[in-house]
Amino acid sequence: MDLPENAKEGMDGVEDDGVGWESGRRGTKEFFLALLHSKTFVAGAIILVFWIVDAIFWPLIVPQDPEAITPEITLRAPSWAHLFGTDDLGRDVLSRTLAGAASTLTVAPAATCLGVIGGVLVGLFVGYYRGIADDIVMRIVDSLLAFPLIIIAVLVMSILGPSVANVILVIGIVFTPYVARTVRAAVLVEREREYVAAARLLGNSGLYIMFVEILPNISAPIAVEITIRLGYAIFTAATLSFLALGIQQPSPDWGLTISLGRAFLQIAPWEVLFPAAALATLIVAVNLVADGLRQVLEE
Amino acid sequence: MLRFLIKRTALAVVTLLCVSVILFAVAQVLPGDIGRAILGPWATEQQVQALDHQLGVDRPLYIRYAVWFSGFVRGEWGTSYLLNRPVAAITLGRLGNSIILGGFALCLIVPTSIGFGVLAALNYGKWVDRCISIVGLSVIALPEFVTGIIVLAVFAVGLGWLPASSHVPTMNPLDWFRQLLLPSIPLMFILFGYISRMARAGTVDSLRSNYVRTAILKGLPRRTVIWGHVLRNSLLPTITVVSVQTGYLVGGLVVTETLFSYPGIGKLVLDSAIGHDLPVLQATVLLVAVVYMILMLLADILYTLLNPRIRLSS
Repeated sequence: MDLPENAKEGMDGVEDDGVGWESGRRGTKEFFLALLHSKTFVAGAIILVFWIVDAIFWPLIVPQDPEAITPEITLRAPSWAHLFGTDDLGRDVLSRTLAGAASTLTVAPAATCLGVIGGVLVGLFVGYYRGIADDIVMRIVDSLLAFPLIIIAVLVMSILGPSVANVILVIGIVFTPYVARTVRAAVLVEREREYVAAARLLGNSGLYIMFVEILPNISAPIAVEITIRLGYAIFTAATLSFLALGIQQPSPDWGLTISLGRAFLQIAPWEVLFPAAALATLIVAVNLVADGLRQVLEE
Repeated sequence: MLRFLIKRTALAVVTLLCVSVILFAVAQVLPGDIGRAILGPWATEQQVQALDHQLGVDRPLYIRYAVWFSGFVRGEWGTSYLLNRPVAAITLGRLGNSIILGGFALCLIVPTSIGFGVLAALNYGKWVDRCISIVGLSVIALPEFVTGIIVLAVFAVGLGWLPASSHVPTMNPLDWFRQLLLPSIPLMFILFGYISRMARAGTVDSLRSNYVRTAILKGLPRRTVIWGHVLRNSLLPTITVVSVQTGYLVGGLVVTETLFSYPGIGKLVLDSAIGHDLPVLQATVLLVAVVYMILMLLADILYTLLNPRIRLSS
């Protein structure tokens, strides 16, 4: 989004001595050391790892069954028996908050994978071959980007019907043009470098050059794009759940819980505030990781 | 400059045509049998065919597209399946409500964000700068319904200062704040990060420029340098971001209006999507696209007017 910074980057790319954006001089070990020294990255990674562990092992952690309905104790305020209180069906909010990470952390990474694979394929092909296909694809990409993402998602979800697979599909498709644009921009720089010309002179096929020569060299911008997309995927998946177009009941999904629980906001705010806080920490964590990664890779 | 604007307008029209085709394809082709989709699985085949014929969806696709699109251009947007009322009346009224909310939100957001962005730049590298950056980065990432529900819990439920659901305000300015302040806050959070970051980057760049150094060395007062030299140039890129983000606002309204039960166009998109009300859905989404394109065009014009390099060329 920062136009001046982007402009500066472009100029650096022209001037530098053939070492790419990811700076091949540094080894893997130095790279991870630099990551560990980045406070932003470490803080984000710790919270993210907590939620990933929770998403996988929540059946072992939760104090109560997140779907056990107990009519006698509906809408109880937080207490020692129920640290986060109980919801309108007497379910334990702490257990549901812990269990709710699973759906978000399934849908968002899957959607990100789909969008990144699609975007990398499209971006590599049009960036490497250019020509009329590039013009047509980029025009389509631009008109897709020129439209509020959530409205496209609402439109398609309402027609396909709400289900986990459809949420993944829709977010993956909507993200493809964003990734394609980033990858194409990186490919446009790389294809002018000597190693690509050398590979061409050696008689390698276009496919070989794209996937074996160029792809590893643009892994840095792709890695940053993956983390940024993951944040947006969580954002979009949660929003679709909130709009009742995503994951359906009785899942403890955070967006869905907030959507259903807001009717009880007056008398039992804990039912929505804890899932909201959980979602907020997860999204901020992913963004911190993305930011830390970008800073380290750009150094 | 005139050529530039004509080119931009033509491009916007072409993009709109693309959007209308994609929209039509998504809304009409994906659901399969529309009569079946409305009547549900228990209707008989005759009933489905009768409804298909009545709605005109048994004709070939290109004819349906032509009929629909020419109708949209002429302002005949059909009748809502659900409400049985003319689509145009429903949609335009809702659009007006959304413009009130969006306009109010923008009036709050733009000066605040630019102010903080410039403040951060003037305190470059100090704690003020860092605080503004961190807050901007954190709130930008949060979905509108998360910030919205927290705002609701605190100001509507906890403190009871403002109503939990918002109506279209009356002419009374106090009522504007009463009805629209809470729904504006989630929109504000998202846009604050982008706009303030942009204003900061632009200001930092122009503070380092030669003409600002000259102005300072010439002995001009600090205030004159900042207002006359720095801000004029630093706010140029910010305007582009504001316009792009105004488009985003249209999407953000879907969530905010749902959360605050505000009768705007975003809520209409969602309601018609959930109720499979295709005439309303198509017209509303295309209308959103038209509004979006107009906003982009206005941004281009504004940018051109403010940027002498574009204004004076050709």
